[in-house]
Amino acid sequence: MADKSGSVLILGGGIAGIQSAMDLAELGYYVYLVEKKASIGGVMAKLDKTFPTNDCAI
Amino acid sequence: MEAGRSPNIEILTNATLHSVEGKPGAFNALVHQEPRYIDEDKCTACGMCKMYCPRPVADFYNESLAVIHAPRIDYPQAIPSAYYIDPKACLRVNYETCNLCAQTCTAGAIDFSQKPKDVELNVGAVILAPGFGKIDNQVLSRFGYGRFPDVVTSYEIERLTCASGPSEGHVIRLSDGRAPKKIAFLQCVGSRDETCGNGYCSSVCCMYAFKEAAIIKEHEPEVDITFFFMDVRTQGKGFDEARKRAESKYSFRVVRARVPRVEQVDGKLGLVWVDEEGTSRNELFDMVVLSVGLEAPEDAHIISAAAGCELNHYEFAKTSVQNPLTTTRPGIFTAGAFQGPKDVPESVTQASGVAALASELLADARGTRTVTLTYPEEDRTLLEEEPRIGVFVCHCGVNIAGVVDVKAVRDYAATLPNVVLYDDVLYSCSQDALKGIAQKIKNNRLNRVVIAACSPRTHEPLFQDTLKSVGVNPALFEMANVRDQCAWVHAHEPEAATQKSKDLVRMAVAKARLLTPLESQTVGVNPRALVIGGGGAGMTAALSVAEQGYECLIVEKNDVLGGNLARLKWTADGQDAPRILKEMIDRVRKHPKIKVLLGAKLESVSGYVGNFVSTVKVKEKVQTIEHGVILVATGAKEYRPKSYLYGENDRVMTQLELEERLAKGKTSLKNISNVVMIQCVGSRGDDMQHCSRLCCTQAVRNALKVKELKPDANVFVLYRDMRTYGFHEDLYSAARRKGINFIRYDLENRPEVLKNKASGLTVRFFDKLLGDTLDLDADLAVLSVGVEPTDNTGLSKLLKAPLTQDGFFLEAHAKLRPVEVAVDGIYLCGLAHGPKSLDETVAQAKAAAAKAVIPLAKGRVSVTPLVSHVDQGVCIGCGLCESLCPYKAIELVKVDKRKKAQTITASCKGCGICASHCPTLAISMGGFTDEAIFAQIHAFAQQEQEVR
Repeated sequence: MADKSGSVLILGGGIAGIQSAMDLAELGYYVYLVEKKASIGGVMAKLDKTFPTNDCAI
Repeated sequence: MEAGRSPNIEILTNATLHSVEGKPGAFNALVHQEPRYIDEDKCTACGMCKMYCPRPVADFYNESLAVIHAPRIDYPQAIPSAYYIDPKACLRVNYETCNLCAQTCTAGAIDFSQKPKDVELNVGAVILAPGFGKIDNQVLSRFGYGRFPDVVTSYEIERLTCASGPSEGHVIRLSDGRAPKKIAFLQCVGSRDETCGNGYCSSVCCMYAFKEAAIIKEHEPEVDITFFFMDVRTQGKGFDEARKRAESKYSFRVVRARVPRVEQVDGKLGLVWVDEEGTSRNELFDMVVLSVGLEAPEDAHIISAAAGCELNHYEFAKTSVQNPLTTTRPGIFTAGAFQGPKDVPESVTQASGVAALASELLADARGTRTVTLTYPEEDRTLLEEEPRIGVFVCHCGVNIAGVVDVKAVRDYAATLPNVVLYDDVLYSCSQDALKGIAQKIKNNRLNRVVIAACSPRTHEPLFQDTLKSVGVNPALFEMANVRDQCAWVHAHEPEAATQKSKDLVRMAVAKARLLTPLESQTVGVNPRALVIGGGGAGMTAALSVAEQGYECLIVEKNDVLGGNLARLKWTADGQDAPRILKEMIDRVRKHPKIKVLLGAKLESVSGYVGNFVSTVKVKEKVQTIEHGVILVATGAKEYRPKSYLYGENDRVMTQLELEERLAKGKTSLKNISNVVMIQCVGSRGDDMQHCSRLCCTQAVRNALKVKELKPDANVFVLYRDMRTYGFHEDLYSAARRKGINFIRYDLENRPEVLKNKASGLTVRFFDKLLGDTLDLDADLAVLSVGVEPTDNTGLSKLLKAPLTQDGFFLEAHAKLRPVEVAVDGIYLCGLAHGPKSLDETVAQAKAAAAKAVIPLAKGRVSVTPLVSHVDQGVCIGCGLCESLCPYKAIELVKVDKRKKAQTITASCKGCGICASHCPTLAISMGGFTDEAIFAQIHAFAQQEQEVR
């Protein structure tokens, strides 16, 4: 149907926004990832390791 | 990282949402974008601009613990991998003076003529995932933050413990730069605190506090760490186990108290608290860490106004248990911490779940806006030449370079045969570095590439993609893991680590020399899903798959749909659970794309992602079903205790049984005046090790229901930790206001339920405050019995999907792949994955549906080229490989009347078990031929000098 758009706007480029963006792109949609800051990554990019496996956050 | 490489994700930075007009499926969104003053496409992230900038400012990425300049990049792996200019700090932007950076930029990327702009976007759906905000400093100042330098926040500890952080991983006191000997962690700062307006629990601080403390102990084993908790809330899957391990390994001290404030005494920090026995205590510490909570984003109001959706009373997005990812405006969804405080796995789950919601809404328009990425054709002439190997050694910031002499390793690589190019890179995974590597591969006609960096587990696909981008087959790539397996484990032996790095590089080069290109294949996908289990999770997942446009078959072992949801009377937010269930069943029944088999049992599963063939037995009749994916939603059951007089006395019941009784109304509490609830029956070290997560909220909600029906009834809840995380804390607060008594017990002193003479019950427990055993008369003893996994061993074997120690299905990665299992094409949701509440189940089922639809929507799955190959001329048809393969990926076929092994490429995981056991060495592994492995082993034995 022509009246629906095949693209999605995601506000926030943190771990949730990025994951949604990647899944939607894989599902066949075009994504605009709108981030307030100058780079995506959100708070998780500030974490050194994650609980409980101590995996590198980046 | 991957998001930066997808052609279908457009990243708009420095951007905010202004308005959303229109209707679901066709919105018009206005986005305002501030200039970066540096052209993303031109910037190479060389950092020259930063070096010449005369304006120092505090680095917010490093919690203001370091100094940077106006032109900057937040961190080396940042995406977009381009610098930007902080307009607040820049002299040129503010005063029209200074233009140093623009003059030094050789790429000509700096552009002060950029202006703010408004971008209009036509989109079908909007997802709000702005994350969370920070607790106000005023709240922190009550604990001395801002006044005493050695009171730090958990964010600051994250940066201090980080190897590439401002102190290079050393935890120091900010007052004197010395290492602290005694550290206190204060929990619930800015959370569970109605005085600062945050009545909710932030749900993550208990975990990160343990993590941070463990990392501090790894750096400084001598330091003493004390935690001040009200309740230890490690209710996530596997979290209690991890906490217990950390507690004993690092001998953490746990004090159950809330410290009201912090004072400075002789350069130390004094804490005063009241312990569980009611005694006032005080102690001095060198450092205090505030475990600060999560708050709604500062701009929550602006976002809600722009998007036209409502906020809840804590200014997070308003959602419901039934539709946890939907805002009050149709077509606008939410995920992550803005929906409520939550950790990474749950944010990731919600993120996939919300993708499913958008995909349901826009199914008709799927694929209308996407573009496909094309790679240049492979340059086959490259392989006609001798191996031309390029070696890149990564610094990984200080992760590798802090231990290993990277330049020495690089120079050593130059001495190895066939190496025509060698280089070192600061962060080889950063986008600009990848561009540089690609260019060097092309310019030097490299036909083999070795990167000495981190682990292929995380980074191989990224580097292989770089090879593909310049027409080199991705199999012509080899990694030497000089970080995880060298720099990290030999942090105290830099010389030996450098030597080992050289050895690893020599081995990788030896192997690389013998690498051959591999072809990747794709196979078609049967566009149907099989859902095992017809409870809340299974039905939600099936509905989502169907709404996204694909057929679905639900296999339910019982004769009715509903599972455990059928026993729920009301949800945590007070909704009518039977109504929610009825609506769900009606939708499933009416959906043209969903078929349901009741009283059905899955008998066998064969095949692989995209092409499964299963047999299902319904009333003695066996049906064969072909499908592309499998969703496991088999649920769990209510634990049945063998103690506490359960089953012997009808006044002893479970929470669900009480719920059924309370649903009958006031008469259900006739002659009942004392109700005693006991938490953690069966859970947390009783019969089962895991925390059942939902029972605390369930108990509090039922306790409130008792009070609602009979206000003068006395309700006691005997608990170990009240785990009413997130907004459930509101119910806990309400329960305390209503006079419900909460009494804590320890595992060593479990309460007892005894019969008394007056045909009632006595609950005996140890009261810490009085230091004595007390008896309570109880008309009802209600056991919070927890969630027990169903016997999953049969299904686990059928699917080759592993279980956890507790008996739940194991996800592929706890953080990043929470709804997938290790076997491709199989997804997981609901109680089969672990205990969780209804809203969490709904979100997870949607997430599983999103992941399951990905291969269905693509129509094809690509098969990894790293598969086994049988040389049938050498094969003797013994069948050993077939019997050993854990993925059913090798079979015996008849070739000229003889049996020969043959790989089912699409199922093969490339594990190599077949190849290593083949008695005639007939099986070789793509990318790991015997020849290449032997060369690698020989290279290991060679000394450095010999090579020279």
